[in-house]
Parts: sequence; structure tokens; C-alpha cells
Amino acid sequence: MTQAVPPILSVTPSRALVDEKFQVLVENLPPGCPVTLRSLHRSEDEDDWEAYGHYVSDHRGVVSVSEDLSFGGMYTGKEPMGLLWSMRPVPGSRKGLRLRKINVCTPMLVNISVHSGHEGFRDRTPLASALAERWYMAPGVKRIDINKQGVQGTLFIPPGPGPFPALLDMWGGGAGLLEYRSALLASRGYVSFSLDYLRSEHLSADVEFKYFETAFNIIRNHPQVIPDRVGILGSSLGSMVAFNLTAYSTIIKPRCIVCISSNHYHPPGTTLKAGFKILSNRTNDLSKINCPMLLVNGCDDQNWPTVETVARLLREGGKEHLLSRLAYPGAGHLIEPPFSPHFRATKFIILNSKEKVILLWGGHTKPHSDAQEDSWRKILSFLQLHLYHSPSVKANL
Amino acid sequence: MDRKQCCVKLSVQPSRGLMDEKFIVLVQNALPGSQLTIRALHQCEDGHSWEAFGHYTADTTGTIDVSEDPSIRGTYSGVEQMGLLWSLRPIPGSKPGLRMRKKNIQTPMEVTISVYQGHQTEGFADLVPLSGVVVERWYMAPGVRRIPVTEGGLTATLFLPSGPGPFPGLLDLWGGGGQLVEYRAALLASHGFASMAIDYLTSKFTMETGKMVDNQYFETAYRVLQQHPQVCGSKIAMIGLSFGTSMTLKMAIYSEVIKLSAAVCISGSHVQPVEGSVEEIMGFFQKNAGKTRFNEKNEAIWRDLLLPIPTDPSLKADVGRLQCPLLLVVGEDDQNWPAQESALDIKEMMARAGNSHLLTVLSYPNAGHLIEPPYTPHARSSTFKTVEIQEKVMCLWGGQTVEHSRAQEDAWKKILVFLRENLYGGRNPTSFSHL
Repeated sequence: MTQAVPPILSVTPSRALVDEKFQVLVENLPPGCPVTLRSLHRSEDEDDWEAYGHYVSDHRGVVSVSEDLSFGGMYTGKEPMGLLWSMRPVPGSRKGLRLRKINVCTPMLVNISVHSGHEGFRDRTPLASALAERWYMAPGVKRIDINKQGVQGTLFIPPGPGPFPALLDMWGGGAGLLEYRSALLASRGYVSFSLDYLRSEHLSADVEFKYFETAFNIIRNHPQVIPDRVGILGSSLGSMVAFNLTAYSTIIKPRCIVCISSNHYHPPGTTLKAGFKILSNRTNDLSKINCPMLLVNGCDDQNWPTVETVARLLREGGKEHLLSRLAYPGAGHLIEPPFSPHFRATKFIILNSKEKVILLWGGHTKPHSDAQEDSWRKILSFLQLHLYHSPSVKANL
Repeated sequence: MDRKQCCVKLSVQPSRGLMDEKFIVLVQNALPGSQLTIRALHQCEDGHSWEAFGHYTADTTGTIDVSEDPSIRGTYSGVEQMGLLWSLRPIPGSKPGLRMRKKNIQTPMEVTISVYQGHQTEGFADLVPLSGVVVERWYMAPGVRRIPVTEGGLTATLFLPSGPGPFPGLLDLWGGGGQLVEYRAALLASHGFASMAIDYLTSKFTMETGKMVDNQYFETAYRVLQQHPQVCGSKIAMIGLSFGTSMTLKMAIYSEVIKLSAAVCISGSHVQPVEGSVEEIMGFFQKNAGKTRFNEKNEAIWRDLLLPIPTDPSLKADVGRLQCPLLLVVGEDDQNWPAQESALDIKEMMARAGNSHLLTVLSYPNAGHLIEPPYTPHARSSTFKTVEIQEKVMCLWGGQTVEHSRAQEDAWKKILVFLRENLYGGRNPTSFSHL
């Protein structure tokens, strides 16, 4: 082994929130040198995920992932964050995997390495590597387990004296309680309550509805929450709940709502279980909504026929000025915070039958990842406008 | 009466950074034109509280950007992106002579940054801020490994950068206060250098035997570093501050074993009995202790102990024999060592010997003795105990805070570039542009 001094790889910032960009830079290479940049992450389930791009150094011996084009690999072109969003399970892994962080108090560790050459780069030991930490929780964010008045979930509170605007955060079916989006929203200045609602067996539609109203009020009445600045954010099934609460509740009034990958076939007066089945063509009545609403959908969503139903909602008159729509071509159902890998199909357990299946979520990796990045930024600016700034009737972005 | 503002948003980016990284402090959604105070609060490991603050006026969009907008007054004024850190000072009522130094570098320095209504100067503990965030400042990048070293009788800590290596090596020496001071080595490892912080005055050997270490101690450290499988044995440099400079020059010039690729000497001198042991060099300084002066605050000034710079060659390390690049960092207001006079003499000696192409001098007006990595508070004086004197003394280090802080920032960047060029052989390094 030679004593030649190796290239220098740096990732800046080395510690960041998951929705922040980083710069990956390699220096001290020979000029015009083909190299491969690779990311590697071991998930909490002990699966290995990787991404890689093929690059060529410039005359100064530098490769800058933010500035240079990748010539091939898991992504091509100028993609500063390609090493994260294009990650896939390494060859030989189990099928249908999904990458989701359960413990949000620790960072996601990603090892970035540079290897010589393009073909067969994995056979060679890396020339240099660096470790990046990706956090869902900013310093000072507090995590609190909630089990109150029958309502269960996890509350995240931003650092500082408060009081803060707040969000009720609801996911869809198929997973346990997911905290990471709420942790990230708290890191962006919102008290955020990730609600656990799919585990317990609810008895009737009325009891279910009351559960959500109670959850909303628990947030509203929290000493660090500004009571008239509470919104709802829901994805998939969670967005159906969000919509119904906003349209039909007589006791809660969200300031604004965000619905990601929603479907509006769920008539009021039916249970969640029933809502999983495709019901009548009856749509919800748009005129019942009284607050700004942001709808985010992927046009290639294979899981819910979303685009069609939303288009129909727009046709109902009266409250169109409250509605903003983001429809992303090539994006699938699982629109999540940015830079996380895209899953076109993953394992899923059906709530009713407990059957294990592979569900097709849709989307193609590059447009889906662009959609995640763009939608997150727009969701945050929508929330900032309606929950931080003075109230405004205009909802169009 | 100002009505309390609602929902003022404060953010600091990055919220977790290295100690030498800049951050951006942003206030948004404030009332346009409102007067606000941004304050930093830190409780150090000794339990003392430190604060810094600036007075600002929100612009017409209700925004304050500390990296672009001026502080009208406070512990710093003007456009000072990092003023909230380098102008930190002990809160009123603290005991005098404090100096902030982190001992445990495996945890971050936590700073709470808050924004208050109005232009406040005191009594912050009784005020409720409009908003507050917590910022972490780290000496160690993720993946840097900390390895205690005891072989060969050493009291040292090795910090290895993340990755397979091999990495150039660095021996890191502090001054007359002794102890094993790790933070600079940890930070240097975060920039790609396998760095070994060495305790050479209060090592386990010295504490147990009462004897000072000999020259072999440094050579052992060099060998241990050189032989490490992840260290590039032919690319080792040495960095010393204060008395550490004396050791660095001694080893660079006279050791048969130590072959340095570069040397960095901060706030020190080449004046020392040539061929002297550590003990003899210490003794040489002690002999001149009578030249200590005291200022009107009864703070000890030690810079005269080595003045005037001798003409006798046996009393100066022969820098004309240096064969590696040397970077000298000098604070022109150094009250503890005659660094500026020494630098001038070193320059002359090297010019006469014909090796002055190896010398770079960074000389900073109004900077003091303690030129450290940037964005930590400047101590113009502090209580100090050398290994020779058993009682604590209030030592005058020198420097004016603003210029000293700028010197730290500039010197650090240049030290990193110097080390990169001489140890990695690169040209035009770009990865320090965010510092």
C-alpha cells in the first residue's frame, strides 16, 4: 500500500435537519479522474441502503456534487441531493422495503464515500469517506408522550417560550405511530401532535369523530399553543380525516389544513374501516370548508384515485378561493419530507384482513423526489402564511 | 408602550455546527421597524453563565438578518455575523478572571439564542423572550474517533478523521498551564488531520515522579503517530502555542528522529537555551521572573522575561537550520510573550541563513496572546497557574476583543490552508470557504 496522500472528501454541513441540503465535495484528486460518490445507510431494521453517482474530476482535481453532473449510477445530471433521495436497498436485500425512522431522537447516519473508477467501484476500498448526520429534531425540541382523555400520540414542542401555532398531524394506514414529520414540523416552529388513531378498534363513526375532535382540543388547550392558530396536516387516510373534521365538526375550527395524497370518497357517518372500501360516487361538499386548504397530490398515485376526485371538488362552486392545489406529474402516493428515498411499491398490512401484500404506490423516482422537495417547501410557506402571519382569505399560492 | 409581538420567528442555520463554522441568525415576522434585542446565553462546564447581545431594528418586511444587518449597540456593534459568540462575556456579578475552555469535547457547546422586545441591556433573566432556539457547536465532526494514548509513557489523545485514511499527522501542543487540552486537535481532525494532543508538562509520568519529561517524550509521540496504520508517516506537522512553540521549534530543528513537513508556532518565541531539556528551558524563564511587571489592575505581564532578544546564539533556537515551512502567528498586543519581537528576529536569522522562503508571518494588530480557534470569547486577562508557580495569578494576555476575534478567524483559516497545502499538497482548497 502506497503512502500517497488521499483525496479529501467533505460534507457540509455534517450535521443537518433532514430537509436541509448538503454540499459534497472531493478535492485533491488527479485532474480528469473518474470516481464514484456513494452513500450508505444502515436502517433501524438493519437493512443497508445505498445510492451512487459517477463523476469525473475537473482540472483542479475537484468533484462538487452540487455543481457537477453525474454521468450515471442511481441518478444522472446535476443533483446536489441525489445521494439521498435515490437510495435503494443494496443488491440482495429483502423485497418491498421502506425507509422510515422510528426513533427520532437520534440522527440518521449516512456514510458518504468516494471510490476510484466507475464500473466495479464497489470492489475497491474507498479513497476517503465522511459521515453525515441527518436529524428530524432540532436541538431543544421536546418530545412528549400523550395519553389523555383516551387520546394517544406524541407531541413535539419547539424550543423557546412560546406560545406557538400548532398542528394535528395524521398519517395513513399501514404503519404504527410515525413521529418524524411532527418532529420536523416542531423543528420548524410548530407544536405538532402526531396522532395515533389506527391501532385501537373504534366502535362507531360517532366515537371515532369525537376522538379526533378531542385530539384537536388537547392541542388547542395546551399552554404553549396559541388557541386560534391550530391547523391540521394529514396524508392519505389522514387527509380524509382532516377534511371531514374541517367540514363537519361543529366544535373545532382549524385555521388551515393540508391534505397530502387525499381521497374524498369517505362520506360522513361511516367508520374508517368502511372508508377503505370504495364507496359511492358521492363527493364531499366543498362549501362546508371555511379555512384555507392546500391539496398535494401525485399524478401517478396508484393507491387512491386522487386527481379525479380533486378535480371534481374544484368544480363545486363557492369556496374555490380557499383552495390551493399542487399536482405533481410523475409523483406517487407517498409524498414525504424531502430527500428521503422513493418507494414505488412496498410491503403493507391491510387493516381489515391483516393480509400482507405489496402495494403499488406509484411515482417515478426523479419526479417524485422533486415533488417531495417542492411540496415540503410550499407546505411550510403555506403554514407560515396562515399560522404565523395575520389571517388571510387568499389561499392561492 | 410596545404591545407584545406575536409569533416572531427566530432561526439559526445551521442549528448544529462545528465550532469554526459560521451561522446565520434570522428573525422574521416581527413588526416592521420594531426594536429588538438578540441575545446569546451559554452555561459553560464550570457552571458560569456567559452572554452576548446586539440591538437591532427590524426592516420593512419585519426581518433581521444578523449576517447583513448592523447591531446598533450591545456586546458587539456593526454587521457581525458571529458577534453573538465571540463577544460572549461572563454575566454581571460573575467572578473575575474567567476563561472559557471546553474540556469534554464529545458533547457540544449549547448556546440559547433568543430575541427580546425592545433594546435591553440587563436583567434578561427576568424578561420573557419573544422567541428562542438552541444551537449546538461541536469540536468533533461526526465520525471523528477519539483514542486515548498511553503507550511509551505518553499522556496524549489521538483524534482520527472519519474514513480509511491514511491521513497526514499533527502533533498538538499547548502552553505553560499544562493539562491535556483536546479541543484544537479534535477540530483539526474534523478537517482531515490525524491530530494528537499531548500533555507534556503534567503527564502521568510527571505527576507520579515529580520529574519533567525529556526530549524522548516528544520523539515517542512522533513515532507512535508515524507508525499508526491510518497515518501517512511522511506527512507529519507540529502546532504549538506559547510554550508549545518553544517545544515545536526545538523538535523541528534539533531532533534526529522528528522530521516535520510543516510547523505552526502561535504566540511564542525561539528564545531558549539550545540543547536544553524541557526542565532547563522552563528554568531559564523562571530565572527572569523578576522582570514581571504589573499593570494598574495588578495583572501580571510576562512578556519582558525573554527581552531583550539575546544576540548570543546559544540562547536562541537556530531557525536558520529549519528545513520545513514555518507559519508564525503573532498578536501585536501579546502581553504574555514577546511574540512580535521574536518573529522579527526569526525573520532576520532566516534571511541571513538563506531559508526565509520557508517563513510566513501572520501579525495581527491589537490581538493578544491567546490566539485560538475562532468564535469563542476573548479573554484579555484570566486567572492562571503555570506548572512552576503553585498559586494562581491574574495574567494579562492582551488584545482588544474585536480585533482579537477577527485575528482568530483569519489566522485559523490561514492555518488550515497552510496545513492543507503542506500536508495534502493541494492547491486552491475550496472546502474552507464556508468558514
